[in-house]
Amino acid sequence: MIKIERRNETSNLIYFLTPVLAIFLTLVTGAIIFYLLGFKPLEALKFFFVTPISDLYGLSELLVKATPLCLIAIGLSFCFKSNNWNIGAEGQLTFGGIVGGGVALLFYNHEGVYVLPLIILAGAFGGMVFAMIPAILKIYFNTNEILVSLMLVYVSKLLLDYLVVGPWSNPEGFNFPETRQFSDSARLPILFEGLRIHAGIFIALVSVFLAWVVLFKTYLGFQIKVSGLSLKTAKYAGFKGRKMILLVFMVSGACAGLAGVGEITGPIGQLHRMISPEYGFTAIIVAFLGRLNPIGIVFASLIVALTYLGAETAQIFLQVPKYTGQVFQGMILFFLLASDFLLFFRIKLSGFKKYEY
Amino acid sequence: MNIDINFLGILIGAIMASSVPLILAASGELITERSGVLNLGVEGMMIIGAISGFALMVITDNLFLAIIGSMLSGLLLSFIFGFLTQSLLTNHVASGLALTIFGIGLSAMIGKDFVGIPGKEFPLLFVNLKEAIPLFGPIFFGHSIVFYFAFLLPFGTNYFLRKTKIGLIVRAVGDSPVSAANQGINVLLVRYCCILYGGAMCGLGGAYLSLIYTPQWIENMTAGRGWIALALVVFATWSPLKVLAGAIIFGGITILQLHMQAMGIRIPVQFLSALPYIMTIVVLVIISRDSRKIKLNTPTSLGQIFYKEK
Repeated sequence: MIKIERRNETSNLIYFLTPVLAIFLTLVTGAIIFYLLGFKPLEALKFFFVTPISDLYGLSELLVKATPLCLIAIGLSFCFKSNNWNIGAEGQLTFGGIVGGGVALLFYNHEGVYVLPLIILAGAFGGMVFAMIPAILKIYFNTNEILVSLMLVYVSKLLLDYLVVGPWSNPEGFNFPETRQFSDSARLPILFEGLRIHAGIFIALVSVFLAWVVLFKTYLGFQIKVSGLSLKTAKYAGFKGRKMILLVFMVSGACAGLAGVGEITGPIGQLHRMISPEYGFTAIIVAFLGRLNPIGIVFASLIVALTYLGAETAQIFLQVPKYTGQVFQGMILFFLLASDFLLFFRIKLSGFKKYEY
Repeated sequence: MNIDINFLGILIGAIMASSVPLILAASGELITERSGVLNLGVEGMMIIGAISGFALMVITDNLFLAIIGSMLSGLLLSFIFGFLTQSLLTNHVASGLALTIFGIGLSAMIGKDFVGIPGKEFPLLFVNLKEAIPLFGPIFFGHSIVFYFAFLLPFGTNYFLRKTKIGLIVRAVGDSPVSAANQGINVLLVRYCCILYGGAMCGLGGAYLSLIYTPQWIENMTAGRGWIALALVVFATWSPLKVLAGAIIFGGITILQLHMQAMGIRIPVQFLSALPYIMTIVVLVIISRDSRKIKLNTPTSLGQIFYKEK
């Protein structure tokens, strides 16, 4: 008989090494899939994971894509750590983008140092408010936050669609579904001439640092952790469960909103239908891959950002569809979740009778 | 406005046809969720069903094989999810999400050589009756076999859950896996079966799109229908017949949008499109605020990891 037993303790080293194992297995499986589809596997993997970051422009693009992923995942880690399943970060990102973008459009012919901070605050606020909907419904009506936050993703995307096609569309834009270009003072400064990397990366890094401080150095972080491990213990200790739910959702929504506003004031510079290539969903993978740990999330966001870049490069050189990156993103999460099993359980073979002479 | 009776019939028929993939996927997911498993991979399984059905049709030129193949591929994909969540005890939400992301990617990779190939005409039943009977003809006749299967499925599902022993077992496993296990029910087996069944139905729903509804392969052609199907299960409070009603409402909104655009009615289509999602949230609030009601309707162990200490 094969028996499964829960391990009493898990080693910290293995805990952070299993993501590496998951990435390795993903690459191997990816090579097999490429082979089955008639590509040279090693060449394909090279186009996917090496070529995109072999020059300065590529590295800058990597950081441009890692920035929103990191920001959102940091926020999500607050939710997931405390057992709140906010999977609507994509919606919070979009709504943050809408509110931030709205402010940017108000100031489209203004210049001034106050414009950008105002937009960023508006974006964070928008994301935060939008994330409060599933939180409040969960607190007062006991609704399932997974389903509510998910439904709201589509509501916010449709709202954005309506705005850029209708009332906010560029009056001189020949009916293209996009708004005016934001003014220069509404844009995040570019860090290096000729590259797209922008100051949004600092927002992400500051949030990483703050998250680390809150999660590991404050009583609040302790409360979040305990609530995640055992709700009963948290109740027994007298933690305010309702406040906690609201708080983690607000943090996570604000982060997603920041990511949204970072995109529109950074690389995009206006509002249109596709302000995010599903960063909000992909960030869930990032949060898991980074083990809900701020430092881990930084690394994870770089790796997952590479799958986005790789898909773009492979699309050009191998004519594979741009969705190929998602195959890798999905697999990373599969393997990570699977390897967790070995982390928390051990497989014991028992009950076999020894062969007797 | 003078409404042409034939046009009305065609309109209702179109609404029903557009609700078929939703009914199939939602009915499958409903069984999965009734057994206590939340599989967010519906969209991924549908799109894999769509491409495998289409690819098989092109390769074998046999529509029957294509339909069977699409169900098998949905089933295979759901097996990954089942293995992860049931045998390796992973988180349902994360695993399902990974499944959707993976499925969309894989379908695009498989489908890259099938873009632009025209589909094959799918045989329709009772075509002569469609013309012969005004109003009801275009509504009920001249559809594919999958269409009729989809509209019978919720009744079958309802009967299965309410009247059969296995249906009772499925519900018991969903409501209290621990008690079910103590009664000697193999919870794992039941859940595996429900997950695989859900996968097969989602695959079929996808194939309906690529083989019958719009016979061709387009990247990401399910276009969020998997998520709507998920919403639909909640909207229907896990009851098969309400899934049928909900699917027609949701499908109707899709079709109405097209016609309203054509007729130039000035309600933003986006608001109509958002309605199903908003209504789902409203329904969730209504059924969740009363703890008695939620116990009556929701599979109690939905999304929870079941692990039996031995």
